[in-house]
Amino acid sequence: MSRAFRLLPIILLVWVLLAFAWRLIQPPDPTVRSQLVNREVPQFVLQPLVDGVPGLTSADLATGEPRLLNLFGSWCVPCIGEAPVLEDLQRRGVKIDGIAIRDTASGVSAFLRRHGNPYARVGSDPNSNVQLALGSAGVPETFVVDGKGVIRRQYVGPISSSDVSKIIVELKELR
Amino acid sequence: MIAEAGLAALWLAAALSLLGLFLSVVHVRGKLDADRAVRSLAIVQGVLCLLAFAMLLVAFANTDLSVALVAENSHSAKPLIYKIAGAWGNHEGSMLLWVTVLGLSGTALAAFSRQLPSRTLIAALGAQAALALGFHAFLLFASNPFARLDPPAPQGRGLNPLLQDPGLAFHPPTLYLGYVGLSVAFSLAVGAMLAGDVDRKLARAMRPWVLGAWIFLTLGITAGSYWAYYELGWGGWWFWDPVENASLMPWLASTALLHSVAVLAARNALKAWTMMLAVIAFSMSMVGTFLVRSGILTSVHAFAVDPTRGAFILILLGLYVTAAFLLFAVRAATLREGAPFDPVSREAAIVVNNLLLTVILGIVFIGTLYPLMAEAVSGEKISVGAPYFNAVAGPLAILLGILLAVGPLLSWRQEKRPVLRKLALPALFAATALVIAFLALPQATVLAKLGLALAAGLIPAAVLPLIGRNPLRTPLAVWGMAIAHLGAGVAVAGMAADSAFTVEKLTASRPGETVSVGPWLVRFESVAPVAGPNWTAVEAELRASRGGGVQILRPQSRFFTSPPTETNEAAIKTLLNGQLYTVLGQADAEGRWQLRLWWKPLVTLIWFGGVLVGLGGLLAFVGHARRAWRRRALI
Amino acid sequence: MRAITLALGLMLAVPVFAQSNMPPSYWAYRQLPDAKQEAKAQALMQELRCLVCQGQSIADSDAELAGDMRDLVRRRIAAGEKPEHIRAWLIERYGDWVSYRPSTAPIAWPLWAAPLILLIFGAVIVAGRLKRKRS
Repeated sequence: MSRAFRLLPIILLVWVLLAFAWRLIQPPDPTVRSQLVNREVPQFVLQPLVDGVPGLTSADLATGEPRLLNLFGSWCVPCIGEAPVLEDLQRRGVKIDGIAIRDTASGVSAFLRRHGNPYARVGSDPNSNVQLALGSAGVPETFVVDGKGVIRRQYVGPISSSDVSKIIVELKELR
Repeated sequence: MIAEAGLAALWLAAALSLLGLFLSVVHVRGKLDADRAVRSLAIVQGVLCLLAFAMLLVAFANTDLSVALVAENSHSAKPLIYKIAGAWGNHEGSMLLWVTVLGLSGTALAAFSRQLPSRTLIAALGAQAALALGFHAFLLFASNPFARLDPPAPQGRGLNPLLQDPGLAFHPPTLYLGYVGLSVAFSLAVGAMLAGDVDRKLARAMRPWVLGAWIFLTLGITAGSYWAYYELGWGGWWFWDPVENASLMPWLASTALLHSVAVLAARNALKAWTMMLAVIAFSMSMVGTFLVRSGILTSVHAFAVDPTRGAFILILLGLYVTAAFLLFAVRAATLREGAPFDPVSREAAIVVNNLLLTVILGIVFIGTLYPLMAEAVSGEKISVGAPYFNAVAGPLAILLGILLAVGPLLSWRQEKRPVLRKLALPALFAATALVIAFLALPQATVLAKLGLALAAGLIPAAVLPLIGRNPLRTPLAVWGMAIAHLGAGVAVAGMAADSAFTVEKLTASRPGETVSVGPWLVRFESVAPVAGPNWTAVEAELRASRGGGVQILRPQSRFFTSPPTETNEAAIKTLLNGQLYTVLGQADAEGRWQLRLWWKPLVTLIWFGGVLVGLGGLLAFVGHARRAWRRRALI
Repeated sequence: MRAITLALGLMLAVPVFAQSNMPPSYWAYRQLPDAKQEAKAQALMQELRCLVCQGQSIADSDAELAGDMRDLVRRRIAAGEKPEHIRAWLIERYGDWVSYRPSTAPIAWPLWAAPLILLIFGAVIVAGRLKRKRS
């Protein structure tokens, strides 16, 4: 066997070891992110779920004003923690629309009564159809949508109070 | 007290491996005759590890909640068998089992090796001590199983319900005996390369270790597959999951090694292949240990996700494998060619066998690590799963299967007779099966059809080496080979049948309704609550019939309290020509229960074949052992 | 019977993992009536990755979102959509990661090429070996 052949296994070995070492230093990020950032919101029509709160369609997200699209569920515990932050954003003038994932009318009404209603509209997505169409894999998630209905950013997981100013600035820039 | 005794035993064992390593280096360099000393140290070190492991078992059996590991993983309400098996159902305990097998392998190597020259054996024991030292360090500094909890926990956290199964008692110890048994092949290869003594004697010394480890690996993987099959509730038996692949890779390497070492023993040829494969086989074991415990790959089976521990194992792995590869690179020139052989000969067939197995090993390795590599280079996340492995490794496995039929018929060195004529009948069976499959099974995959054809040919072909011989005078090793190859054919038949013939039925039914699945009519009789030692469940009664008698099945949907989990306990009925597999799901608001029913013709052949392969290996092991015994008696 | 169902229902109400308020989607645990369509759907489901699991296909998972994805696949196949189209739709939203069958995009070329390279490389070594042995 020539020299090259004998060194090849070692070169491959070192390459594999380096890849392992890289992966240990940069642990895998298990967050599943939507690939629709900078793409238009897919078309959908969602029925209302709660009395007095209209349902949501994709057209409502392209009215010229940048908005937040929040995916939540009354059964989702981190959504409870996120509720005050959304309230805060709404009080500061941010328009928020919600999609209730796999939820019932009673569940959502109870949730909105207990934790406040920051949403202009809430659409019902009982089978996660729109969630899948948006490239979302869990709740809570929030999409920043510009006036033309194009998704500009995705927040996976609950928004924290430290994100509030960032979001407000972002929405202002999108006008 | 018991935990401290265990810990002390481990420290002592580590110290003895250090001493053993030092003395073996001194001996190999010719400065001192430390033969006796090194052997004794290896023996004592292994016994100490066993003692430590026994202490851990005692702590678990007594649910000693002052030991942190017990508090994390056990519960006083668990059945005793799961208390004990739970000792190795976690990272630290299973690592202790790993180190114990490593130590005991060294013990056996020191105690039972008689035919190797002293220098080679001591070098091998030195290599084994070096391995032990590294893994002891890992255990003692990064995975202490005997850490105390002060104050003791009031109650344990319990064992994951999916692990509360006889599979846990059998699968890990069997697998570890396999993985870690390969360490001896590695050490013998390293020792022989260092001492410059790669020959038939080495092969005869290495073979029982390779064979033994391989038998355990085969049985362990077979058991793991069956465990996943009945536990996960969807009827799958192999998922190309990274942890499963981590167990398959040492198996592929050791299968190639097994055949290679046979050539080295018989004909003094394939020295370089054999040494390289011996190094690769245990390297794959170590890579597997790393993958499973470092958290770098996502898997349902991965246990400890700890990058710090991962880094430790990576360093050990890097040191050992790099050193072995370097040694090989330096010594490869001295591995002089053995006896020559013709392109049509048993040696040549085994060379092709090695090639195919190594390429399949490479494919599994690359496929498993590709997502990691792709992300490192481009940042993109991709998934590599069954579609890739089946498409690429499948055809190669078929080729390998054909080789299995041809190889044993060829003689050593040169085959001039027209032995391939003996394959006429098996080939006819295969061709017929292929045609029937293509005509009668349009919905089956191509791989399944090829598999059916291969099985139809391989099963008769495997017994050909036995035909025309006096069964009582045929060496046990030949029986072993034939049965192992037959087992491979049987397993392929099962895999292909499962893919081509399985019928699935998913329904939402009310008690009293009847559902049909394949030839079966299944009546959903009733649903009732039941309770077990640490669980409550909802149990359905199903009565299945296909003309003749009635089979009763009781699938359950179980709830464990500590930790709170819900599992499906499938009810499986094994009959002569297949299995009826039933699972109970959730009820909906209108009182209809989800039922998942499968009729799987011939599926048990998969694991029956695996057991046959192991049995064949065992026969070969006994056959070679008896011959070595007799040879020694003659001297 | 009702009382038993109620009692069982209460037992089932133990919150064991994050469960939503809705039952599984219609086609999550039902097969399509047309066997050929069901086979196509099943083949596709085996190759789609569950988004919330630790490395399972949606065909092997009891997670709710996996059920919803099975529902989506079956509905679309029943409506006549091609499996490749459904796969592409999902890849458009989640990236190549959601498909267990590696794509034909450049990122996957080494993956498909590697076995070929290994085989050729190995065959060359073996052929060289066998030739040398003869002489």
